[in-house]
Amino acid sequence: MHAVYAFVSGPLAWLAFLLFFGGICYRLVRLLWEVNRTEKFIFSYMSWKYSLRSIGRWLIPFGTANWRLHPGLTVATFTFHICLLVTPVFLLSHVVLWDEAFDVSWWTLPDGVADVMTVLVIVCCAYFLIRRLVTPEVKFVTTASDFVILAIVAAPFITGFLAYHQWFAYPVMAIAHIVSGEIMLAAIPFTRLSHMIFSPLTRAYMGSEFGKVRHARDW
Amino acid sequence: MAKAPAKTEPSQALDQGLAVGVARLTPEKIESTIRTVLKSETGARLSTYVETCIHCGLCAEACHYYLSHDNDPHYAPVGKVKQTLWEMIKQKGRVTPEFIEKAAIIAHTECNLCKRCAQYCPFGIDIAYLMLVVRRIIHKLGCTPLYIQDTAHSHSVTMNQMWVKGDEWPDTLQWQEEEAQAEFEDLRIPLDVEGAEIMYSVIAPEPKFQAQLIYQAAAIFHAAGVSWTMPSELGWDNSDMAMFTGDNEIMGRIKRAHYDAAIRLKVKRIVMGECGHAFRSVYDVGNRWLGWEMPPIPIVHAIDFYYELLKEGRIKITKKYPTPITLHDPCNVVRGGGLHEKARYVAHTLCESVVEMTPNREHNYCCAAGGGAINCGPPYKQTRISGNRIKAEQLFAAKTRGAQVLIAPCHNCHSGLHDIVHHYGVGLDIKFFGDLIYELMEKPA
Ligand code: SF4
Ligand code: SF4
Repeated sequence: MHAVYAFVSGPLAWLAFLLFFGGICYRLVRLLWEVNRTEKFIFSYMSWKYSLRSIGRWLIPFGTANWRLHPGLTVATFTFHICLLVTPVFLLSHVVLWDEAFDVSWWTLPDGVADVMTVLVIVCCAYFLIRRLVTPEVKFVTTASDFVILAIVAAPFITGFLAYHQWFAYPVMAIAHIVSGEIMLAAIPFTRLSHMIFSPLTRAYMGSEFGKVRHARDW
Repeated sequence: MAKAPAKTEPSQALDQGLAVGVARLTPEKIESTIRTVLKSETGARLSTYVETCIHCGLCAEACHYYLSHDNDPHYAPVGKVKQTLWEMIKQKGRVTPEFIEKAAIIAHTECNLCKRCAQYCPFGIDIAYLMLVVRRIIHKLGCTPLYIQDTAHSHSVTMNQMWVKGDEWPDTLQWQEEEAQAEFEDLRIPLDVEGAEIMYSVIAPEPKFQAQLIYQAAAIFHAAGVSWTMPSELGWDNSDMAMFTGDNEIMGRIKRAHYDAAIRLKVKRIVMGECGHAFRSVYDVGNRWLGWEMPPIPIVHAIDFYYELLKEGRIKITKKYPTPITLHDPCNVVRGGGLHEKARYVAHTLCESVVEMTPNREHNYCCAAGGGAINCGPPYKQTRISGNRIKAEQLFAAKTRGAQVLIAPCHNCHSGLHDIVHHYGVGLDIKFFGDLIYELMEKPA
């Protein structure tokens, strides 16, 4: 068990972070290179002002017409994304690992809060799953990959929750948690989870087109 | 994935152009055409849109077709992409002729390229662009619906949309000038005046069917003392159906002719009539194809020009229009040009009472005629009408709050709304701003 733990928290973790950061850089560089090669005009329409205006709007809960149209989803998606990003970064037991390995540390969440946020992520994943299964316009465009990416995202939180509470098979759960977290990191640049990288860019482009050329609001 | 519910199909007559085009297709032609367009005419934008879309369905409620078909997911913007482009990409171009026929109908008649969905997708994915890529493929496969293909042919042969022949154009102008001279003795429709302040351009249906609109515009310019001119030869027509059939090459030719006419006449600006799609073409699309970031010469839509004339007091209103009106915001000049506040200034200056329809401004519902849909002709009239019940409901609501006249400052909207108002028995009179200005303005003796 110790050898497995050492492997997943050592070399495998390096690999996951390499794929995550390397993958993001690769996808971004490739995108810019492609745009430059075939659709250079896009650069001439980009505007910092209107990009940030649009992205900013869409980052405000209920700030856009469509967020207001879907209150339940809006609450779920904001809760989900905030907890998803904040919990792993500021979790005490994660920061301890950074501290042990690299002697760096930062502010952490109280464990109780982190626990609640973990549960929120899981609940939101369940909500998204149900929405996929029952909402006609979502169901119609759902593919197998949508369930896979949902599972990839839910897994580290479910396993992390179980491992934290040590309800059963702690060592196995801890390893499952680490592996699933690594899978998620590695999958982000190479699946539709890449919307994490690309959505600010697509929004920025639409915001720029609307602001600069169309003189209209895109929210 | 999950089995889809049956699509609610509007009744639809045979489209001979499409039927013949589809009959000629071979699997090889389909595959190579799709691959060529995807490989050599699209790039990172398309692939990023397709890969970033998280299949959340949040764009659904943006679309009037979706809302009008009781939330049938086939009509959700992303649903249309699934039924067309996703499949083409997934099958690497190996789709059947029947698939192409369906894709042609979806991309041409069940999407108006209105871009409302880009305001509803959290990622700003441009589904109108994706539908245009589908249209481009359909165009290259020779399966464009008959009626709109005919207008593209007309553009190609005559450089105008309506097969207006060379002499018909100046003849029509002269005829309108003579008619108008009965009312304003020294009115002129000045042709080819080099160095005039503005070139006025119209869509070809005006000389063909609605010559009185040219009369009205001439009367307004006359009253305001505008220094204006029209080209007697190529370039007078600002309309552009080639832009909607994916025939970018023809689009480029006709836009170049239009800009060239203005440059030849050494005018300072192009002012165009109350048309939305033409504005999109001249202000936003044609210039890009020809390599200009923005149009080579300032483009002023009629709403903008009327705003200027009224604001500067160059046109005086004898009395305000007493009947309550409601204002339709045409997608191409509002979501495409930000003219909504100016349109309201014009409306409030001209009318005693303006009843807002909801939603309005950038969020207004499309007329379902735009994006070339109405130009696909009679076979798809029902598609437009059943696909825009939500517009009828919106208009009814405005009528309930007192509106009796509907201002639609766009030709396509005008005709599309006419069909909707008529079919659903909404009972609103439809007018252009020009109609009101002509009726209400102080006329020189
Ligand atoms: S009609 Fe408008 S809202 Fe509907 S899919 Fe087309 S562009 Fe989007
Ligand atoms: S709202 Fe955007 S991301 Fe969601 S399904 Fe529609 S196009 Fe895709």
